Amino acid sequence: MRLPPRLTQAFVVSLLGLATAATLVILVFVIVFILRKGLPAIDSEFLFTKPQDMGRAGGILPTLVASVILPLIAVAIAAPLGISTAVYLTEYTRESRVTRMIRFGADCLAGIPSILFGLFGFIFFVTILRMGWSLLSGGLTLALMILPTIIRTTEEAIRAVPNAYREVSTSLGATRFRTTAKVVLPNALPGIVTGIMLGVGRSIGETAAVIFTAGSSLRMPASIFDSSRTMSVHFYILAREGLSSEMAYGTAAVLILSVLAVNLVAYGLMNRFIRRRS
Amino acid sequence: MIRIGEKTVRRLLMAAAFSAIGGLLLIALFIFKEGLSFFIETGFRRFLFSDVWDPQSGRFGIFPMLVASLWVTLGAMTLGAPLGVSVAIFLVEFVPRSVMRVVKPTIELLAGIPSVVYGFIGVMVLAPFIRSSFGGPGLSLLAASFILGVMILPTIISISVDAITAVPASYREGSFALGATRWQTVRMVVLKAARSGIIASVILGMGRAVGETMAVIMVAGNAVKIPHSPLDSVRTLTANIALEMGYATGRHREALFATGIVLFVVIMILNTAAGVMVRKRVSGKRG
Repeated sequence: MRLPPRLTQAFVVSLLGLATAATLVILVFVIVFILRKGLPAIDSEFLFTKPQDMGRAGGILPTLVASVILPLIAVAIAAPLGISTAVYLTEYTRESRVTRMIRFGADCLAGIPSILFGLFGFIFFVTILRMGWSLLSGGLTLALMILPTIIRTTEEAIRAVPNAYREVSTSLGATRFRTTAKVVLPNALPGIVTGIMLGVGRSIGETAAVIFTAGSSLRMPASIFDSSRTMSVHFYILAREGLSSEMAYGTAAVLILSVLAVNLVAYGLMNRFIRRRS
Repeated sequence: MIRIGEKTVRRLLMAAAFSAIGGLLLIALFIFKEGLSFFIETGFRRFLFSDVWDPQSGRFGIFPMLVASLWVTLGAMTLGAPLGVSVAIFLVEFVPRSVMRVVKPTIELLAGIPSVVYGFIGVMVLAPFIRSSFGGPGLSLLAASFILGVMILPTIISISVDAITAVPASYREGSFALGATRWQTVRMVVLKAARSGIIASVILGMGRAVGETMAVIMVAGNAVKIPHSPLDSVRTLTANIALEMGYATGRHREALFATGIVLFVVIMILNTAAGVMVRKRVSGKRG
């Protein structure tokens, strides 16, 4: 039996609409569920005191500090490398076998599961380079992980800078380097920051790669050579060992809020950037 | 101010440009270095197809984990792929652009929710629900598949939306001019033109599902056995590595790195396949 096309369309569209609604409901549920259970646990004591009794009581201050330092280390290493890569790919070469290889490498790196980053970081940074479980080992591992994101977004941002800008700069006698540094990069800045913020968001939420490289010490880190537990690792341990569900929800809420805030800034910047361009 | 020559700049940038591929090679090198000799000594078939994993007696067969990873991934794709592609079609073809401009970033924003949080929701909400309505331990293949299916949605939606948006408007107009409805146009023209991009999105989602670790550890139950029903507790390849890495030494640790090799190879195959699909789309449009 063949239904009239209009009827089929109405049927299919309502199915697709239902799928979309279901997706949004599930995703929003995750956030609302965590925030509703977790927000009541958050107060200044929770945020600004040390955990007690393995995290069953007290606050989460050292994990909060670790979750700030670790992404900073990662970005400090990945941003210069990623931006240089993108500048090289867009301003300094033509499409060739080499650029395709570099892009393919970055795409593959983006697809590597975080547990493999963890294994690698554990063997390479922690063991072979003798950095031990430390914020530095974790930061270096995360740097590799967020590198592809920074390369990709920076590349797109640089490509969006109109060619006329470069031509004017070149016609004024500027070298390619000066044109890149004074004209291209400043105009691509919001896009570049988007990539960096996305990397920060990913670093804050990461667990598998961090637990084997930065370790899980609950003490306040005195330097980047100390082992320290990030919020996400702390939350994972609280949840898995069933130490305290109140603390787990509270930590999860802080975790989600920080990741969402960081990503919101990232997408906000990207939107403004796109609007300015078009 | 020190003047840096153009040539120096070019060389420095080129060196930096190899950082990503260098990182990839380093990761491959060290995971293979730690695990390959074990892999060869144990034998390809004994390691992959033996179903006894007992580190204490020195027997390392990853077949149950291999099967579990396969089923969990298939389960996740069964939910995530049709749902994700449906959402993408709906957003591009059937709602005003202004709605899509709000919904798509929202979904991408949600991609940032850490995997441990999804795992936690699985433990607190989904597992008890499965236990009370279908029986079994709750923490199961089914729970893991569902959570992963949801987690890969943003990946699939975001890339599929881009692929469908990239189909030229003239294709649609041609179809409308022939009297086709919008859905007929989508089914017969748009989806055909966007096919390789959509397939790429599904493959990338699959890569994410295979590689996901923390959420799976929390909801899959982690029993080392070949599952006979979706309600059985299972342990995936990734979970196996993460669960035992903390205390493994000697041969046991090598076995975990060998598991990492298997995972690495699977992921590289998926990445390459997705890359081929994306390139096909680009060259198809030019030609």
